[in-house]
Amino acid sequence: MRIRHVLPVLLAPWLFTAALANPYETTLKNGLRIIVKEDRRAPTAVQMVWYRIGSMDEVDGASGVAHVLEHMMFKGTPSVGPGEFNKRVAAAGGRDNAFTSRDYTAYFQQVPKEKLDEMMQLEADRMRHLNVDAKEFAQEIKVVMEERRMRTDDNPQAKLFEQMNATAFQAHPYRRPIIGWMNDLETMTAADAKAWYDTWYVPNNAYVVITGDVDHQAVFALAEKHYGPLEGRALPVRKQQIEPAQEGARRVNVKAPAELPVLIMGYKAPILRDADKDSEPYALDMLSAILDGHDAARFNKKLVREDKVAQSIGVEYDATARGPGMIYLHGTPSEGHSVADLEAALRAEIARLQKDGVSEQELKRAKAQLLASQVYKLDSMFGQAMEIGQTESAGIPYQQLKRMLEKLQKVSAAEVQAVAKKYFTDDTLTVGILEPQPLDGKPRRPAVAIRH
Amino acid sequence: MTMKKLLTAAIALLATQVALAGVKIEHWVSPSGARVYFVESRVLPMLDIQVDFAAGSMFDPAGKSGLAALTRAGLDLGAGKLDETAIAEQMADIGANLGGGADTDRASVALRTLSARDKREPALDILRTVLHSPRFETAIFEREKARTIASLKEALTRPDSIAGKAFWAAMYPNHPYGKQASPESVAMLNRDDLAAFHARYYTAANASITLVGDISRSDAEQIAESLAAGLPKGSAAPLPAPPQAPKGGLTKLPHPASQAHIYIGLPAIERGNPDYFPLLVGNYTLGGGGFVSRLMKEVRDQRGYAYSVYSYFAPLKQPGPFQIGLQTKRSQAQDAIKVARDVLDGFLKDGPSPDELAAAKANLTGSFPLRLDSNKKLLDNAAAIGFYGLPLDYLDQYQARVQAVTAEQIRQAFARHVRPAELITVTVAAD
Repeated sequence: MRIRHVLPVLLAPWLFTAALANPYETTLKNGLRIIVKEDRRAPTAVQMVWYRIGSMDEVDGASGVAHVLEHMMFKGTPSVGPGEFNKRVAAAGGRDNAFTSRDYTAYFQQVPKEKLDEMMQLEADRMRHLNVDAKEFAQEIKVVMEERRMRTDDNPQAKLFEQMNATAFQAHPYRRPIIGWMNDLETMTAADAKAWYDTWYVPNNAYVVITGDVDHQAVFALAEKHYGPLEGRALPVRKQQIEPAQEGARRVNVKAPAELPVLIMGYKAPILRDADKDSEPYALDMLSAILDGHDAARFNKKLVREDKVAQSIGVEYDATARGPGMIYLHGTPSEGHSVADLEAALRAEIARLQKDGVSEQELKRAKAQLLASQVYKLDSMFGQAMEIGQTESAGIPYQQLKRMLEKLQKVSAAEVQAVAKKYFTDDTLTVGILEPQPLDGKPRRPAVAIRH
Repeated sequence: MTMKKLLTAAIALLATQVALAGVKIEHWVSPSGARVYFVESRVLPMLDIQVDFAAGSMFDPAGKSGLAALTRAGLDLGAGKLDETAIAEQMADIGANLGGGADTDRASVALRTLSARDKREPALDILRTVLHSPRFETAIFEREKARTIASLKEALTRPDSIAGKAFWAAMYPNHPYGKQASPESVAMLNRDDLAAFHARYYTAANASITLVGDISRSDAEQIAESLAAGLPKGSAAPLPAPPQAPKGGLTKLPHPASQAHIYIGLPAIERGNPDYFPLLVGNYTLGGGGFVSRLMKEVRDQRGYAYSVYSYFAPLKQPGPFQIGLQTKRSQAQDAIKVARDVLDGFLKDGPSPDELAAAKANLTGSFPLRLDSNKKLLDNAAAIGFYGLPLDYLDQYQARVQAVTAEQIRQAFARHVRPAELITVTVAAD
């Protein structure tokens, strides 16, 4: 196969050998997994602690609690006062933050390598000893409401996306926004956050990913010292929640102050469950690269550059997740064109794809980009830790990353056409449209007096 | 141990030594007159090149705001014998990426490619073509002009963009930094404006070329010269008169958003100003130190007023802004502004405490390795050093310069550059 000849030229031999042993892994008696990827190019290290708990584990009326707890994780333990965590990381010359997704909640520090020991001590401490203080909570919940205003309420595209998901998913918890509905935030209490922490923040519901200029044996010893004494606890049973099959197109419109309309067409799509046996998610990955992988990829070339029906256009598909998947086509019509024009143009492109498939040239190009990106991604230690963490969060062992790359390289043009035929179907389509509203009754003249 | 493992160990060891030896930026002027900066990094089989021209929006001719940005955007939309599709497809075929953009000072063209010769040579061919012979075809120009106008109109509906534009306009009433592209100014541009701007500013004398990655010094010399040789010799772009201190004051703009966007600041220092380090260290305590700054403590932690609140100095070719920014529920905007001003006034009066100064230095010196731990970061640093003409040992001296700052220097530097009577405040959607 042609790809085999390309590989040795692209990758220095040490990359191959390094891949054989590295990353290293151990599991502590309390169930906490430690994954270490040695990368000695600079004297720094990244620690990420991933909890297998995200907004999809919340219940109605308590949306946003996973994210609120993430904020509370910086508010202190009996041995580290409120705000002290950030101070200690800063004093160590480090940077830290955290993020919450539908599937997981993760915390990270980037530090000079000598400071990893202290970072592991700090993370171990807050894994089981957090104070959820009512006064701290009362301030922090206001911060989260400001975050919601900034990210969603005043961001028309984010608002549309929130409504899209609430429409596309009706039973599965992916229908709720990660940041939570405003009313749920308003009624949330410190006790809600504390209950969340007590239930889910245990070593057997977490894994630690460390990359950088470290020795894995030394890191395992540090992990035993800091995380080893923490006790594991049985987790509540998580019942599977399967979204019922969608049987017919859905549409949702959102009005918000804006100049340009936005169209999102989201189709239900499969997710990678078995990295070795599955094939369709790989074909969908290659399909989205062919449609949107570079400036002259199909959609931009045809819709933005040639037909000028779109101001911008894009495709989003994520093959790994705990819950159900979707492939999203999104864009903005160009001046003089309507959302309906853009939708018709996208449908014509889909029909062409289903009828004629993709060319070998397009597929080869997408694969060349994929191969090069495997080298480029090694430039970021943070990115390498993210890749391992995210893959694991979806239930795919990181050891499969290499296999996933091989499977992607084997996708055929026929497989790409087959998934386009199977999944671009109106029965599982949700269409979201942003209807731009004038800011003050006078379109396109924002800086005029408004009274509230 | 197998041969392969031995090889891995040997190369890993080598890599460590390279990284610990510090960053060696090599500098020379190419025969054609471009300044060149090179960091050899053999760890990964890849190469980054950034070509910077003094061709940012500050060089937009009067009445032609938006020209610099459109010229940069037009470079890779057809050049030499390649149309826009061929450029994008041929880059993708070898897994290379073309990037860059234009800000107030710089127009940049950046290439990331695998360093193997059969990949990098075709990538460099395209880079040369894009730099030397952009076509600026009329039909493509008109399309991009329409897209730019639509984006600008969209931005004029967003509270953060409205606030940002008003802030810069108020800070720089008589300087190019205050002139920004508008739908009207872009509508006036034509294809020949782009060609003329390219001919004047995309020249060897006006360029700095930065290379980071898996090539030798002699390869770097040859590549840099091949990039420079196809450019007109030209001359360095003259700078306009520096900005004058603005009259302080409040600009209050309406918007239906739920949150007010608030900016407070003024023009402060240029790149290379000796007060940079006192201001950097001082600002860490005021609003630069992420979660541990005074602004964060007072505005977010104590009162829950905002998710994001910060301050920074952004030195540019000519004095760039000192800026405080935050967003808060519109009904409490006035309270939040008062808290932010009280924090600033308190800091201007007393400067940092001994503990705060020590914490700032600990973080800024301790985090130094994190500034350099990837080729991308090396490229950003080396390109900025080159473009702004900072000393080549800037990175080597960084930690010592931070360490040497005193509280008194911080108070004096802030007093010189952050003058309360000249502060501009802009609010959008504040009650």
